[in-house]
This record gives sequence, structure tokens and C-alpha cells, in this order.
Amino acid sequence: MDDLMIEALTLVLLTLLAVTGLAIARLRNLFAAAMLTGLFSLLSASVFMALDAVDVAFTEASVGAGITTVLMLGALALTRGREKTVTKMRTAQALLVTGVTGAALVYATLDMPHFGQPDTPVHTHPVRAHYLEASEKEIHIPNAVTSVLASYRGYDTLGEVTVIFTAGIGVFVLLGTARRRRR
Amino acid sequence: MTEHTILRVVAKLTIPFILLFALYVQFHGEYGPGGGFQAGVIFAAGIILYTLIFGLDEARRVIPPWAVRALISGGVLIYAGTGVACMLLGGDFLDYNVLAHKPAHGQHLGIILVELGVGVTVTGGMIGIFFVFAGRGRRREGTVE
Repeated sequence: MDDLMIEALTLVLLTLLAVTGLAIARLRNLFAAAMLTGLFSLLSASVFMALDAVDVAFTEASVGAGITTVLMLGALALTRGREKTVTKMRTAQALLVTGVTGAALVYATLDMPHFGQPDTPVHTHPVRAHYLEASEKEIHIPNAVTSVLASYRGYDTLGEVTVIFTAGIGVFVLLGTARRRRR
Repeated sequence: MTEHTILRVVAKLTIPFILLFALYVQFHGEYGPGGGFQAGVIFAAGIILYTLIFGLDEARRVIPPWAVRALISGGVLIYAGTGVACMLLGGDFLDYNVLAHKPAHGQHLGIILVELGVGVTVTGGMIGIFFVFAGRGRRREGTVE
């Protein structure tokens, strides 16, 4: 019963995701499109939630629906609020590129194991058992996600923090209001 | 947006709770969902809400540009510094076991420090990027420098 509920919920959410995606593609008003991308992120977060990936859902909701929407609106304030009209020829080219890319992505998903399949490397690799069982003994914290993120895979997370640092510095250098010397 | 009384009042009421929730997510990451990344983003969202309501100049007085730069680089320094501290105490880089008398306590301390570093850098990065975006639009509208 419970599984059926989750299944139905996921189906509804995925349908709403597809509808939102189509609506974004059809909109010419970029302000509305930016708001709908926020909605898209919130729906994705709900899908992650239904798949029991709470940490990922949390990140998607705060970054995707929150910060990204604000930054999109900030970018719109710098440019213009309506999409430029393009010729039919260009639309056809764009549609072709999108179609080919989409088909390639769908083709790639055919190789993926089915959801919840028990004999995939995620479930059979010895390191998984170690992380889930020994994390309680070695690190004494209940959230295995945190122990993997901050301790077992501490190097990766240091790299991610450096990426954020670099991104911030890059934006400051490109758009920053720091005093510039006149030539 | 300074003339919108309702927005100002509601923002003043909610911003402290947003910031408090960010701190909760930051320091409760070992027990529930969340951690430095999410906490940093939520904290930055609180500051961004303040900026949207009260204006960029007010917000820049709360968090001046040098503070943003200190946050964004300070977090990486906290993270890497924790790793170096582990090395100085005789362990490997980011091997938290040596940080305290018992390995489990060392792991706790190490994870808290590392997550703090993540949160600080993310907060600084998000606030900084938003300030730069907001400041640029205003400069273009204003007089030529």
C-alpha cells in the first residue's frame, strides 16, 4: 500500500515536471520562465524526497529553487525581460540539436539498471557495507551521508569547496565592482 | 522597495528565523539531513532577502565586501587547516582520529570543523555573487563613472 502510494506520487510529480518543462519551453516572457524553473527545482526536490534522498532533496530545494531563481532574476534585471524572436530556420536547427541530444540521453538511460535493482555495484560493492555499517562504530554519527561526505570522502568535499571558492572569485573578477585602474 | 511596509515588517520577523534555521541545519547535519552546503545557502538566502527588501547599500553595511572575501576564502582555510592540523598531530591529511583523545571524538570534531568551513565558504560565495549581480545593474542605470 505504502509503496503504491509512493509510486503514484512519483508518477504525478514526474508528469508535473514534464508539464513545467514544456511550459518553460513555450514561454516568451523570461520572468515567468525564471519563476517556473524555480517550480521545476521544487518538483525535482519532491521527487528526490519520494526516493528517500533527503540530503539531495534539501540541496535541490535550497539551491535550485532558492538561490538559482534569485540569480536568474538578477541576470534578467541586467538584460531584458523578453526572449528575442528568432527565424523559423533557427528554431528548426535548435529543435534538431535538442532532439538529437535528448535521444542520446534517453539511449544512455537504457544502459542504467532498473530502480531498486539489488545486484548493481551500488548494492554489492564491499565499500558500501563498510560505509553503512562501520560508520556507526568508527564515527558515531547516525547520518551516514554526513560521515561519507565529511570523513570518508573528505578529499572530494575539499575539492567541492574549492570549486565554490573558485566560482565566487571568478564572478568577482568578471563582474566585480572593485576599483579599476583607468588606462 | 523601502516603502512596502508589509514586506519590511514580515521580512524583519522572518529573517532571524531563517538565519537560526541555517545554524540548526549547520550543526545538526550529523543527526539529520543537511550540512554545510545547505546551511550556507539558507544563511545566504536570509541575507539576500534582507538585500531585496532594504536595498544593497544597507546590506553592504551589514556585510561589507571585505567580509564577503574573508568568508569565501576563510571557509577553504578552515577546511584545509583542519587537514593540516591532523598532519601536525601525527595523522594523515584530513584523518580526524588524531584530533582528540578518542578517535570517535576526533571524528566528531573534525566533521564539525570541516562542515563549518563548507558553510562559511558557501555563505560567502552566494552572498558575494548576488551582491555583484545586484550592484552591476544599479551601476549601469546610474550616471557614467
